[in-house]
Amino acid sequence: MTGNPQLGASGELRHLLSIEGLPRAILVHILDTARSFASVTEREIKKVPLLRGKSVFNLFFESSTRTRTTFEIAAKRLSADVVNLNVATSSQSKGETLLDTVANLAAMHADLFVVRHATSGAPHLIARHVAPEIHVINAGDGRHAHPTQALLDMFTIRHFKGDFSRLKVAIVGDVLHSRVARSEIHALTTLGVPEVRVVGPRTLIPTQVEKLGVHVHHDMATGLKDVDVVMMLRLQNERMNGALLPSAQEYFKWYGLTPARLALAASDAIVMHPGPMNRGVEIDSAVADGAQSVILPQVTFGIAVRMAVMAIVAGN
Amino acid sequence: MNLHLRGGTLIDPGAGTERQADLFVAGERIAAVGTAPSGFVADRTIDAQGLMVMPGLIDLSARLREPGFEYRATLESELAAAVAGGVTRLVCPPDTDPPLDEPGLVEMLTRRAASLKLARVHPLGALTQGLEGERLTEMAELAEAGCVAFSQDDRPFANLTVLLRALQYATTFSQAVWLRPEDAGLARGGVAHDGEVATRLGLPGIPALAETVAVAAILLLVRETGARVHLCRLSTAGAVDMVRVAKSEGLPVTCDVAVHHVHLSEMDIGFFDANCRLSPPLRSLRDRDALARGLVEGVIDAVCSDHAPVDEDGKQMPFGEAEPGATGLELLLPLTLKWAAATSLSLPAALARLTSGPAAVLGLEAPGLGPGAVADLCMFDPQAWWRVEPAALLSQGKNTPFAGYELQGRVRYTVVAGRVVHEATGTI
Repeated sequence: MTGNPQLGASGELRHLLSIEGLPRAILVHILDTARSFASVTEREIKKVPLLRGKSVFNLFFESSTRTRTTFEIAAKRLSADVVNLNVATSSQSKGETLLDTVANLAAMHADLFVVRHATSGAPHLIARHVAPEIHVINAGDGRHAHPTQALLDMFTIRHFKGDFSRLKVAIVGDVLHSRVARSEIHALTTLGVPEVRVVGPRTLIPTQVEKLGVHVHHDMATGLKDVDVVMMLRLQNERMNGALLPSAQEYFKWYGLTPARLALAASDAIVMHPGPMNRGVEIDSAVADGAQSVILPQVTFGIAVRMAVMAIVAGN
Repeated sequence: MNLHLRGGTLIDPGAGTERQADLFVAGERIAAVGTAPSGFVADRTIDAQGLMVMPGLIDLSARLREPGFEYRATLESELAAAVAGGVTRLVCPPDTDPPLDEPGLVEMLTRRAASLKLARVHPLGALTQGLEGERLTEMAELAEAGCVAFSQDDRPFANLTVLLRALQYATTFSQAVWLRPEDAGLARGGVAHDGEVATRLGLPGIPALAETVAVAAILLLVRETGARVHLCRLSTAGAVDMVRVAKSEGLPVTCDVAVHHVHLSEMDIGFFDANCRLSPPLRSLRDRDALARGLVEGVIDAVCSDHAPVDEDGKQMPFGEAEPGATGLELLLPLTLKWAAATSLSLPAALARLTSGPAAVLGLEAPGLGPGAVADLCMFDPQAWWRVEPAALLSQGKNTPFAGYELQGRVRYTVVAGRVVHEATGTI
């Protein structure tokens, strides 16, 4: 249980489970590699043979359309064979344990598992039990981590801002339940962003989050003041009416990103969102579709970033 | 059977003494200390040189998993583990299947445990029927069947009225109530201490408030009813402070701590180590230090193993889905010695937390080593270092956050009622 389970004996990236604990050099290497793949995706023939003959299993214990699709496209562009498994509706509902499911698939000669699971730590458990030649990429686990989302967000920031070392970044919304926020925080601090803020009502900010190296704001006016990047989080429907928040209307009124609030940020600030968006709950359409929004480029970059991660983890 | 234990160092926590002397056991009791009584003929002489001889350990919380969960553990396996750990008397919670809410079940359990002639077993009766937190059990009947006190285990009460009535009723029959303080609403859905590590790992949190709010409510009800209450397995600094105040006011309250909470914190979860999935959860370093200090001060009366064997399948799960619990009977003594070594307490005073402390909670006379005392003994080598290898543990539960730890202090012989029930000779 000691050492970072993601790294091999010589410090190479064996699995991508979390951004936490990864050296800056690995993050930069992934971003640089992704940049070279971005040009591949613009060519007429969008394939490179880096994972030819390898099998990528998309193992989704929790449903997702966008993330699974971008992983599938990325794997195919690397010439891998892709198998999509929606485990939420198959063997697990018949009582098979997580590790049994994985062992059975490993016996079909999988080289790479892309795992999404509703419970924090599930990809760690799988990575600990697979044979050494099998790799695991976390595509989102519980509230814990969504490292490829954070990496594509970093790619997007670097694309539009060039450099991390002078930025102020605000992450806004339901930080408590967000794996995206946790991975973004680790990525931003590792890449040297000097000021990372989290903004939200007290019910949605996790205990002692400042220990992760962020400043906490409960007021959008101070939280967004002069920031260069606004990273919005999705507010899940089930959080909107209960003991965490009274209503979506009240949330939008105080924490929704409107043009007036965005005006508090730097004039060239960019607006990001991991999708899917709730227009009128966490973000106003005028902002989502506005000139400062980079939400669609994020999706495009996601393919190149996932190609880079798969090539680095499973390529030779 | 007459035993002659030769040349050991006798630790008597009740008397607070430590001295080298021979000990003579005749039948079930200690016959003499120092020189043999006239006419004493030993059937067996044990060379106890280099060993500490103390009254057997009393463990206030050991789950034996019988009846109902025999795939996790059996009385045979767990009572063998108990005596291998020097534990001669233990209290088992009522969370069996079915729960210990009927006299017949309690009689069957105690009879089966007694027939194994290993450690003595004291069941806690269920405080409510089926542990469902609504209707009281037949406490007077259950006490006659052998229940030493009554507990709701880790289950919630439907509301505080049920707890109030349970305390009133138990007090009517002079029965003690053991409660693991946790507000069900505040703890709901949580799997780890609501702190830095849970935030980092994205684990749903159980706030320290879940415990302190419950302790506050229980103490108010104790003040109202005069009920004799034992608080099980405290995990927070705040609870220790509240018990300190309550005791200074003279409320009839005692408490214990699980030995893992004295050594470990949320930090030990590392990368989702399911062996650290425990109930109550491992808390902050500050809480851990307050518990260790509370045990030194005596605000905490006893340290227990919180033995909860879980089978391998129950732990090979993502952290939040894994079964809470760890095996502990065989680690209780060395882990307590490790705590003691870091304090200013004398060895007899420290070991009182495993003997006279828990005996007082149970309303038993302090176990001693004087003539006439029952010969329940633990003999251990205080110098022996050993490495915790889960596969080598006798308990059917192999899951422990201390796997791979190097610990000092190894039980060599355990005696119950004058019979040697465990011996581990040679070096390990």
